[in-house]
Amino acid sequence: MSEACITFGDLTLGYDGHPAVHHLSGTVRRGSLTTVVGGNGAGKSTLMKGIAGLLKPMAGTCAVASGVSLAYLPQLSELDRSFPARVVDLVALGLWPRRGLLGRHRAEDRKAVSDALSAVGLEGFGRRTIDTLSGGQLQRALFARVLVQDAALILLDEPFNAVDSRTVADLIALIERWHGESRTVMVVVHDLGLVRGHFPEALLLARRPVAWGDARETLSPENLLRARQYQEAWDENAPWCEPDGGHGHAHGHLHTHIRDGGAPRLAGGRGAA
Amino acid sequence: MTGALYDTLVAPFAGFAFMQRALVGSLMLSVSACPVGVFLMLRRMSLTGDAMAHAILPGAAAGFLLYGLRIVPMTVGGLVAGIVVALGAGAVARMTIQKEDASLAAFYLISLALGVLMVSLRGSSVDLMHVLFGTVLALNDDALTLIGLVAAVTLAALGLFWRALVAECLDPLFLRTVSRLGSPVHFVFLGLVVLNLVAGFQALGTLLSVGLMILPAAAARFWTQRVEMMCLCAIAIGLASSLSGLLLSYHAALPSGPAIILSAGAAYLASLIAGPRGALMPRRRRAAHRTA
Repeated sequence: MSEACITFGDLTLGYDGHPAVHHLSGTVRRGSLTTVVGGNGAGKSTLMKGIAGLLKPMAGTCAVASGVSLAYLPQLSELDRSFPARVVDLVALGLWPRRGLLGRHRAEDRKAVSDALSAVGLEGFGRRTIDTLSGGQLQRALFARVLVQDAALILLDEPFNAVDSRTVADLIALIERWHGESRTVMVVVHDLGLVRGHFPEALLLARRPVAWGDARETLSPENLLRARQYQEAWDENAPWCEPDGGHGHAHGHLHTHIRDGGAPRLAGGRGAA
Repeated sequence: MTGALYDTLVAPFAGFAFMQRALVGSLMLSVSACPVGVFLMLRRMSLTGDAMAHAILPGAAAGFLLYGLRIVPMTVGGLVAGIVVALGAGAVARMTIQKEDASLAAFYLISLALGVLMVSLRGSSVDLMHVLFGTVLALNDDALTLIGLVAAVTLAALGLFWRALVAECLDPLFLRTVSRLGSPVHFVFLGLVVLNLVAGFQALGTLLSVGLMILPAAAARFWTQRVEMMCLCAIAIGLASSLSGLLLSYHAALPSGPAIILSAGAAYLASLIAGPRGALMPRRRRAAHRTA
C-alpha cells in the first residue's frame, strides 16, 4: 500500500456546533487523484478547508503528512479583482512558498511564471490587469498560480464552475499532468459525467462519507440514492453526538438526523466510517 | 520675472525659519503617510483612517491634560489610544461575528467622546482647536525629530512587509494558506496608520492629518494601475500639496493645515478630471478600440 498523504481519523468538521463533515476516517494516498462529490451542503468545501488548515476539526484529526507542501484553490475566492495588479503579479503570488516575504524573485522565477501562463493558454496576458479578465481566464490564471506553487498536494474546490467546455478540457489536462507527476490531487466536482470519464477515484460525501474508492463503483445508483437520503437540514435541536450513539457532550457537536438511521457503508475500502 | 518667482516661491522659506521647519515637516510627512494612504485606499479602509484620527484624540487629550501642550506626552498618549482602538477593533472583528467597520466605529466613537470630555475638563476652546487642527508653523525640533523617526520606521516597515501587504490586499485567503503573516501584517499596517496620524497631528491636527494620507492616494488612483507607481505618485502629490499649501498660507495669510489639505483636495479634483483613469478620459476614449 502506498504511503498516506492525508489521514482522517474520525474527523468531524463544522460550524457553530453543527457538523458539516461527520466522522470521516481513511487515508488519501500519495500520488492519488481523487474527486470529492456530493450534493450542496454535503461538506465538500468544508473538507477542503479542513485539509488546508483553514478550519480546525471539532473532533478527530486531519493530518497532512509532514513536509507535504499544499496548494489550495477555493470555490469562493477572496480575490479582490479591483486591486491594481497584473496577471503576472497574481500568478507570481505562487512563488511565496519558494521565496517567502523577502526572497528576491530571480530569472528562473520569472520563467516559471511565464511558463505557467503558457501552460494554461494565457500567453500574452501577463501585463493585462486582473479586472479585465473573463471568469474562465481568471480561473486559468489561478491554475497558473497553482502550477507556480509546485505543491505536492493540490486541493481544487469546484474549479470547473462557470467555465466553458474548452477550458474544462484544458484544466483537466493540467490535473492529469499533475497526477502524472505523482502529485496528490483532490478535486471537488459536481458533474458526475466528468468524474466517471476522467477521474480514477471518488469520495462521495453526504456530510458522512457514503462511499470512497473507484470512481465508477462509488457513483453507483445505490450509493447516489443513499447519499440523497441524508437530510440537508440544519437541526437546532439535534441531540449531542457521542461515539456510542448516546446523548451527551462527548464531541461538543450536535448529531445529524439521518433518515435511514444506519451508519454508511464504504464501498471502496479507502476509509472506514 | 525671476525676481517675482523668487519672491513667490523661495523667499518665504529662505527668510523664515518657521517656514523652513514647516516645509521639512510636511515633506517628511508626505513621504511617510502617502504610501500608507495608498494601502488604506486599496484595502477599502479610507474611512478607517478618519476613524483612527478621531480615536487618537483621548490619548493626545490625556497628555495635554496632564502635561499641557507638550509634544512627547501628547504623542505617546495618542499612540497608546490609537493602538488600543486598532487592536481592540481588530480583535473583536477576528474573534466575534462583528465586522471590522462596526467594531472600529464603536471603539472610535467611545474614544472620541472621551477625548472631547477630557479636553473640555481643562482646556479652553483655543487648546481644543490646537489638538484638532494643529499648527504646522509652530513645529519645534522635537516634533521634527518625531516626524523623521516615524517616516523612517514607516518606510522600513513598508519595504519589509511589501509583499505580504500586497498579498493581503489582493488575495487574503491565499496568504492564509501559504503563510501565517496574514493577521500580523494587518496589525503592523494598522500600527503604521496610527504612527503616521500621530506624527501628523502636531502639524495638521488630529482631524486633518488623515487628509495628507488619503487625498494624495485617492488622486494617485486616477493616474496609474501599479501599486508601486501609485505610492510614488501619491508621494509626489503630497509633496506638491505641502509646498503649495504652505505658500498659499504664507501669501494669503490662511491657516496652514487647511491650506495644505485643500491643495491636496485640488490635486484630487484635477486628477479626477484629467487623470487617465479619471472621469473624463474613459469617455473620450470609448470609440477608439483595437482589433484584439
